[in-house]
This record gives sequence, C-alpha cells and structure tokens, in this order.
Amino acid sequence: MPDYNWPEPDSAALVGKRISRVDGPAKVTGTAKYTYDVTRPGMLYAKVLRSPYAHCRIVSIDVSAAEKLPGVEAVYVVQGAGTEIHWQGDDIAAVAAVDEQTAEDAVQNIKVQYKQLAHLVQEEDLSKAGDRAKPAAEQVVGNPDEAFAAAEAVTVEGYYGTSVVTHCCLESHGFVAEWEGDTLTVYPSTQAVERLTGQFAEALKIPATNVHTMMQYVGGGFGSKFAVDRWGIAAAHLAKQTGKPVKLMLERAPEQMVAGNRPSVYAKVKIAAKPDGTLTAWESDSWSTGGMGGGGSPPMPYIWNFPHQRKRHTAVSINAGSARAWRAPNHPQGCYVTMCSIEDLAAKLKMDPLDLVLKNIALTGERSELYRQELLKAAELMEWKRRWHPRAQGSPGPVKQGLGLALHTWAGRGHAAECRITIHPDGYVEVSTCTQDIGTGTRTVIAIVAAETLGVPMEMVKLNIGDNHLPPGGSSGGSTTVGGVSSSTRRAAMDAREQLFARIASGLGTTAENLETVNGTVRVKNDPSKGFTWKQAAAKLGVNPVSAMGKNPDEAKGALTSSGVGGVQMADVSVDTETGVVRVNKMVAVQDCGLIVDMKTAESQVYGAMIMGIGYTLFEERVMDEITGRMLNPNMEFYKLAGLADTPEMVVHMWTDAEQQKRGVIGLGEPPTISPGAAIANAVANATGVRVPTLPLTPDKVLAALEKGGLA
Amino acid sequence: MKNFELYEPSNVREAVATLVKIGPKAKVIGGGSDLVAGVMKDWVQGNGMPLPDALVDLSTIPQLKGIKVDKTGATIGAMTTLTEIVESKDLQKQFSLLTQAAHSVASPLIRNFGTLGGNINQRPRCWFYRGAEFNCYKKGGDFCYSVGGDNRYHAIIGGELCYIVHPSDTATALLALNAQAKIAGPRGDRTVPFDQYFIGPREDVLRENILKADEVMTEVFIPTPAPGTKQAWSKLKNRQVYDFAIVSVAAAFTTDASGNWADGRVVLGGVAPVPYRATNIENQLKGKNVKNSIKQAAATIRTAARPMSMNAYKVDVAQTMVERTILGALG
Repeated sequence: MPDYNWPEPDSAALVGKRISRVDGPAKVTGTAKYTYDVTRPGMLYAKVLRSPYAHCRIVSIDVSAAEKLPGVEAVYVVQGAGTEIHWQGDDIAAVAAVDEQTAEDAVQNIKVQYKQLAHLVQEEDLSKAGDRAKPAAEQVVGNPDEAFAAAEAVTVEGYYGTSVVTHCCLESHGFVAEWEGDTLTVYPSTQAVERLTGQFAEALKIPATNVHTMMQYVGGGFGSKFAVDRWGIAAAHLAKQTGKPVKLMLERAPEQMVAGNRPSVYAKVKIAAKPDGTLTAWESDSWSTGGMGGGGSPPMPYIWNFPHQRKRHTAVSINAGSARAWRAPNHPQGCYVTMCSIEDLAAKLKMDPLDLVLKNIALTGERSELYRQELLKAAELMEWKRRWHPRAQGSPGPVKQGLGLALHTWAGRGHAAECRITIHPDGYVEVSTCTQDIGTGTRTVIAIVAAETLGVPMEMVKLNIGDNHLPPGGSSGGSTTVGGVSSSTRRAAMDAREQLFARIASGLGTTAENLETVNGTVRVKNDPSKGFTWKQAAAKLGVNPVSAMGKNPDEAKGALTSSGVGGVQMADVSVDTETGVVRVNKMVAVQDCGLIVDMKTAESQVYGAMIMGIGYTLFEERVMDEITGRMLNPNMEFYKLAGLADTPEMVVHMWTDAEQQKRGVIGLGEPPTISPGAAIANAVANATGVRVPTLPLTPDKVLAALEKGGLA
Repeated sequence: MKNFELYEPSNVREAVATLVKIGPKAKVIGGGSDLVAGVMKDWVQGNGMPLPDALVDLSTIPQLKGIKVDKTGATIGAMTTLTEIVESKDLQKQFSLLTQAAHSVASPLIRNFGTLGGNINQRPRCWFYRGAEFNCYKKGGDFCYSVGGDNRYHAIIGGELCYIVHPSDTATALLALNAQAKIAGPRGDRTVPFDQYFIGPREDVLRENILKADEVMTEVFIPTPAPGTKQAWSKLKNRQVYDFAIVSVAAAFTTDASGNWADGRVVLGGVAPVPYRATNIENQLKGKNVKNSIKQAAATIRTAARPMSMNAYKVDVAQTMVERTILGALG
C-alpha cells in the first residue's frame, strides 16, 4: 500500500504552482454553458407572480384569465387561498408559456385578493420590534462586573452595525426541468448538484433514482444556492403538467428580494483594558435579523478570548426575504463589531492598534503565534509602522488618509467526497465525481492533483463533474470542497497508479513497489533508464482500463486535509471629509490555508473576497420601505456593488511554510471576505478621528459622524 | 415585458405623423436604455403613465445624427450617441463641459447606445417611481412615498408634491452652456432654450419637460461661448463605477482681467426636479473676485435648500461641490 500523503514542495511538478483555470478559455469565449444558457427542444418559459405585500393573507386567487391567454400552457398555484405570506416577493403562482413575454403577460392577468396584515421590515431600532424581538439567554464568562469596576480599567463604549446584504449572484437562481415518463431531469443553478436529488424526489414524491441533476457551470452562489426552492418545485410541476421542458430563472428583483441575504447585526459594546492595553472584559448587547427566521448569532467577541465576558443577543423576526448562508456565515458581522471596538479602545489608550493586538495576541489561542507572524508580515507589506498615525493626525486638507486592520479565522476541513479515476489504455485519465466548480477553481484543483499523482500533463486528464450519476462529491459550502475533492482524488489516483504498476511491473522485470511515475514516464526507482513513456505503459493494459475509487475522509489512507485557517488584512483609505466619499487605496491580505494546490486560483479567491468586502463595506445594503414593507433597491442600480474603478491596489501574501504544507489542503473561499469590513472601517476611523458606526460607509453617514464627532 | 409595435420612420415628418396617428400610447425611442431596458422591462406604469403600445424608433432617421460646429456654435443631432459626443475633437475644444458631462454618464457600453436626446429626456430614477408597486403622483397616483420614506437620494430644492431629482448629466451641462433644443411637431418646428425646457412637479407632475407626446426633440444648439469662458464639470457619486449623481455641478463663466466674475452660469444636477440653475450663487459672484468670494457664494445654496428627513447631507455636498468646481475652473 502506498504512503498516502502530499508531494514535498520541492518535488511537486504542479501542486502549489501558479496554474491558470482549466475552464478559463471556455468561460471567456462563451462556450461554457450555464443553466441560464440551457435550451431544450420545445422548452417553455416560466414566470412567477409574487406577493406585492410584506405580510398578508391570500383571500382568493383566480388564474382563469391567465390560463386562457394564447401561448399559456399551464398555471401552477404555489401558495393558494388561505396562505399567510410573510415577505414581499414570495411565490404565489407560476405560469409556463411559449415565450417570456407571454408568461409575463399571463402573470399580470392572475387575480389575487390579499388581506394585508401588519408588517415590520426594520430591526435597527429595536424599540419598535415589540414581540418580534426574541432575546436569548445571557452568557457570562468570568466576572465581568468586577473587571469593569477595577480601579485601573480603561473602558470604551461603542455602537456598531452591519446592514443586511444580498448575494448578488451574476446568474440568478433557477432551473430547467424536463420529464420523461416518471423520470425528472433537472438543470439547476446550484452549489449542490447531488443534494438537490433528494430534495426534488421528496417534494415530488418520486424515487430519488428517478431524478437526474446536471450542471456544468454556475454564475455564483456565495451560499445562496443549496435548495430546490419553491420555484424549482414549481418548474417541475409545470413541466409535468405540460409534458414539455420548462425553464424558470428568477428576474433580478426577486433574486434580490427572496433568494437569500446575509443577516444584519447591531451591537452596543463595552470593553475594558488595563492601562498598558491588556484586554480584560467584554460586554455586548446585540441584535440581528435574517428575515422571519430571526438570523444568526455572530461569534462575539470574535477571535479574542477576553477573560471576562457578558453577552446578550436578540433575534428579530421581520417581514423580508430569509437569510441564507453568505460567504463565511456570521463571521464578517462578529469580526466587524469586535475589531471596531478594539480599535476604538486603542484610540482611547492612544496606542497603535497593531501594538495593542500584538500585545494581546495570546488571547487568540492556539493560532496566536501564526497570527503574530502574519500581523508582522502584513505590517511590512503595508509599511504600517512608517505610515500609521494617531487618529485624525494625518495630512492637512479635506481628504484624510488612514490605516486599519482586522483578523479572521475559519474551519475549512475537506468534506466527504468520493472519486473514481480510470486510466484508459490510450493513456488518458478520467476523473469522475459529482462536485461542482462554483468559481473557486475546483476543476483546476482536481486536474492538478490527478496529473501530479500520475505524472501526466493536465491536458490528459478529463473531468466529469456536475452530474448526480457520478460518485458523490459533496455540496460546495463552508470552504470544504477543495479539501474534500483534492483528498479523494489524490487517494483514487494513488490507488489507480498502484493498479497500473501491478499490471505492468513484470514487463519491466520488477515489482510494483519499485515503480514510480515521473514527468510522463513510468520507470524503475533508482534506475531511470528502465521504464516506459506513460502512453506505452498505459498501452500495456490491453483492453482493460484500470479504475480506482478514492474517498475522503479515509482514515486508513492518511490525513490529507485538516481544519482551521486564518489571516490578517490591512486597509489604506482616503476619506473626503467634505463629501463623505471613502476610497480604498490599498489592501494587504496575509492568509494561511494549509497546502495550496494552485497558487493562482488561491490568490484569486483572496482578491475576489476583498473586492466583495469593499462592496459590503462601502456600498451594499438592502433598503426597506417601512410604510409599505417593500424593498426599495432590488436592482443593480440602487443596490450598489463595487466595480473595477472602486478596486484598489491589492497585495496578497499566501502563507506557505513547512508547517502549512503538513496540514494538508484546507478551504479558502470564505475566510478572506471576513476582515475587509472591520479593516476598512477602522482605517476610516483612523483617517477621520470619528467612528462611523454602521456599514455601509456611505457619504451621508460619514458626514453625519463627522458632524457628531466623538470616539465611538 | 409588454409587447409593442415598432415603427421605423425614415424622416422626422414621418415620425411625427406616426405619433399623431397613434396618440399618447406611442413613444419615441432613442437608444432604449431607459425606455425599454428600464421603464418597460420593470413595468413602470400608472393611470398617468400607460406603458406604450408602439415605439417609434428614431435610429432609422439619419438626419438626427451628427455634430456640426461653426463659428456660431455647435449643433448636435438628438440621436448622436454619448460616445460620439465624448470623442468629438470639436466639442472637446470649445464645449468641454458637455463632453465631460457626457463622459460621466453610465458606462462605455451604455454611452455607445445612449443618445443625447434620450439622456436629456430620460425619466427620473426615484426608487419609488421605478418600483412597480408604488402608485406615486408621477405615475398618476395619489401619493409621494419619499416624504415619509427613505429620501436619501431625493430633492433638496424645488420639490413639491413630487421630490425626484433630474437624472441627466448632459441636461445639467447644456443649461450651463445656455443651449437650446429644436423640437419638431405637427404644428412645425420650434426652438426652446433649456432655460424654459424643464418643468417642475408644480407645473406638471407627470412630465419633466415641455416636450409634448406628439413632438420629437431633433437637435441641440449650443452657442459658441464668449472668448475666455471657463468651463468645469464635477459629479459626485457614491462609488467610482457608473452611477447617477448625488450632486453634479456644471459651471461656465467669464472673468475680467482682475479675476472678477463677469458673466456665467452655475447649474446643479441631482438636487432638484429640474437641472437647477443657482442664480443666487451667480448673483453673489457678480463683479466680485471669484477666488475670494466663492466660499461665501457657495454657501447661499443653504438658503435655497429645503432638505427632507434623510438628505440634508446633500446640502453640504452641494456647497462643497460648487466651491470646488468653480475653483477648479479657475485652474
């Protein structure tokens, strides 16, 4: 049995190198087909009637006029008379018609009588929440009262918050559904090709074996695409009713209203330290919403294990679309509240926050030495010590520059996955696993691992993914995919290689354990002159390919993944104190994530995370109208994302020492999106001398904070 | 989107005849980035604003395209694209205020499609007006949702009944340049200075200008600015990529040899239901040294402003932007 491990960095041909995405050319030339691009013969288009009210009951629904419209083939009532609707945009009825215009016209012809009910759509003013606010039990660690009352304690109090933000997937949610008898074929836009199988089977009361799900490309998920959703089931029903394929993709407005969001958090925080900056006590009163469900409870204090703590958290149910996992669920909110209050404390102590966090680094626990090194590296890349100034003591003139920092962590252990590798007699290698590449570079990573293990060029590796008939490869969430599928692929490739060796060793006058694959050859260890080219070796298989399964986890076959990553980010901003406009000049990210399979796609994840972070820090928020309960910005005009011109110089430093190599492959997609909010907001506080309490840091809020003044 | 009939006239007379024949449910279309990709796609409709049954496409009329500059001024066809304006060397030389304003509109892709006429005559961006479910005054309804709602982007000057801000960057620049619009209609052609072109909600809440349903804006004429005219454009956006203005400022003015304001205009976008000519500021500057007086003059915007519950910051921003723009024009 081989020794299941990763190659040493100096011997690796591909792992850890900078390799371009294998599907890059297909994506930029448009040959990559997304679900939005799927068209099937005779396909119908579906549109959905959505609730115009935030809270109402359906009194009656009449679809007859819609059904009679020429070109309309079926109407499916998703939620009928008597149903209570809890947010604007919720699905009421779906129409399938010969084209999109006809379907939209038909939707306009559905007559619904609603009884409006009282709604609540904001949560920042907790006093208005009434019985919608559900406080959780207080949590106490140590003796916070004593710590705050200590004579020497320096305390700072602040108010911090982040608004609800949406996922803004470039490709909206949706499905194409098609029946053949009792068998359903679905083309979803999803992060979970195989998980949808059971969801469809259960909802439609058919055996899971009758559901075939297939997807090659998805235009973003960010945590919002794990479910069949009401509209997916509606598409399947419409396809069944009509006997034709049905495509149902969300319009942009419902995409923004009902297809997921990140919960808000608002918090009143008090923290205490000794005069030398040693952190002693934390107290927080926080509240948040994730729609009717009330939202998550962000980890606070984030990363910093204050010896004395008191925490109270309240979930608020509001009449707006439900939260879904959003890239590193709960962490950006916890990080923002915690790192901002620590920066405010540093300002009160007249300390450089870098010194303060270094002084307290032991409070971060087992990662503390790595954090310390990462902080020093980030400081070097930002020239922090040369450029940092005390609050509001930067340059004269209306435009003020400042620096800020934040730290983050994530788990990221590779998930369960299985993989089949086949070496064909012509030398081509097939890798089959039902995973999906949600933009993170999963395809590329799998190809690298297979090619590295077998010593063949990546071009000889053919990938089969995104089909539930393949071996289970897991859903893509929690930054667990690359760790999972790279481990299962590595094991499968090593076992397939062993089988190949066993079949051809005698032809080289040796035994399997004396063979190795190097650079397109299979040769005898210590005697490189004896060997075959890869193609010759494969040809010896005759008509029977070799095939091996690998899985993760597999304790008998090594530990190829582990858990726990982290990083440090620093931001350099300019704030125009007369217009309130904030610009990020530069960001530095230092990030560890175990063994890196592809340096290029890894760095790409960090770049993308920082750009996404600039968006939610400076521009993004779901704006609700309190009077009508409706979302005011379900579009890409008033829901503002960062663009190229808002993107600063970004420096990414991936932490790759021997220690990280030994930890195996760990996930990276989510963690770098945690710190930007706090790092940028702290830089704004450093620049202006005032705390803008809530994200996004828009001109109105920046100017209001400057007018109000004060530390926090 | 609702289905519609498409007409492709080959000249202006035919376009006008089509509008007359079909009536108010026919609309002219320039690039279509607002009417089709905005209003019609998003079902922005109401009693005072039925969705069109027919579109009259002006892109099939070659005479409506083109830029001509002579010693009297510049004549620009209404169907000239914003990109063509941005790239015109003649316009850059003498009418940089317009080319800069045009360049600040949206994104390159939209500027390639968007026309001057379409940009001037586009409908407002108010998020209540654009929301299909909000039956507001401007659509013929009976309410303005911005008064009690989130009005962070709404008018600080001249709102009444309706508090939209005029969204056009080029209109703001053209008013500062003392330009005029040429309009064709069933009763013949007429020329209207931009001073009289835009109308506020008090005059007619359903419209933003005097253009009638059976009329077509055919061209814009900008008189050659007086020698030595200083021109400057600034547009403050929340983000750096394409966005509508929070506040924009167009300034065109002359000074005498000692730097005193001789004549000129200061116009603000994003603050009022029409491009807002800040005559208060102009009067304050008249005859005074611009550099020394601008701070005080810009502050007079505060006396004109009546901010709403959430947009007082725009008054501060407007004051700053006026000051910076005019100082910028001085060089």
